[in-house]
Amino acid sequence: MPKIKIKILEERCKGCGLCIEFCPRKVLSFSGKRNLQGYRVVAFNDFERCNACGICFLMCPEVVFVCEEE
Amino acid sequence: MPEAFRFPKSLKKTLFHYCPGCHHSIIHRLLCEVIDELGIREKTVGIASIGCSCFLYFYIDVDIVEAPHGRSCSAGTGIKRARPDLVVFTYQGDGDFAAIGLGDSLHAASRGENITAIMINNTVYGMTGGQVSPTTLPHQKTTTTPYGRDPKREGYPLKVAEILAGFEGVAFCARTAVNTPKRVIQAKKLLKRAFETQLEGLGFSYIEFLSACPVNWKMDPLSATRYVDKLAETFPIKVFKDRLSEGKT
Repeated sequence: MPKIKIKILEERCKGCGLCIEFCPRKVLSFSGKRNLQGYRVVAFNDFERCNACGICFLMCPEVVFVCEEE
Repeated sequence: MPEAFRFPKSLKKTLFHYCPGCHHSIIHRLLCEVIDELGIREKTVGIASIGCSCFLYFYIDVDIVEAPHGRSCSAGTGIKRARPDLVVFTYQGDGDFAAIGLGDSLHAASRGENITAIMINNTVYGMTGGQVSPTTLPHQKTTTTPYGRDPKREGYPLKVAEILAGFEGVAFCARTAVNTPKRVIQAKKLLKRAFETQLEGLGFSYIEFLSACPVNWKMDPLSATRYVDKLAETFPIKVFKDRLSEGKT
């Protein structure tokens, strides 16, 4: 379990897939859900293995990954 | 990393208009993080350019002036000379800085104006539909060079960072990219260094980002991000000049 609660802001996601490519533990994947802009959004497929390294935050162009209190 | 997963304070919560996989928004975030860390948000003026980055004022919560095409460095010169206490940065693309605004940019650098110029080099004119730009790689296909840029007809790519590094008035000159996590961290350090150079009053600071343009390169976001490595063969990623650290050692 990651130490901080990570929230995915689904309305910001544009489905570019950079976070999925660069995630070192491969805990992210596309979900079947679409947001209001019509993009397939990213979701955790294995939240328990995430260690909150922050690489998805570094690579995400849309600042989708934020911690829970934001 | 203590700052990971923190939405930067200077970044507005508006949705970006950029295409999926565009590196512009990564650079926006880095810029906002640097402005927050240096605590200069209340005295910063940004000069937006014409191009994809012209809606800078929608996303970054500092004072932004929109300059005519290519004249960002000249507008920045005026602001900095009228109010030397302000921190002035320009945010330009390669079509703005290296094509139409090359005269303004080179002369501002040559005069050693104390401003920071951020140049986003994606090797095409992004907003107008992917035409050939001065920094297009040889044999790269664009809308106006459908058989590839032939160096005999359209010339060789213009290496702006190498030109500026030779100028006396330039205090900081670097080229970086944001296509891997390591490079994003390095890019942020260099961007911070560029602003610190201006705060010290040493002279013109220039930082060039190699950026991906997936739509105009006709690639998916991942291939475009990997293609930036090919750009880095022509445009080497390095610090050409850093007068701030020269003085300390």
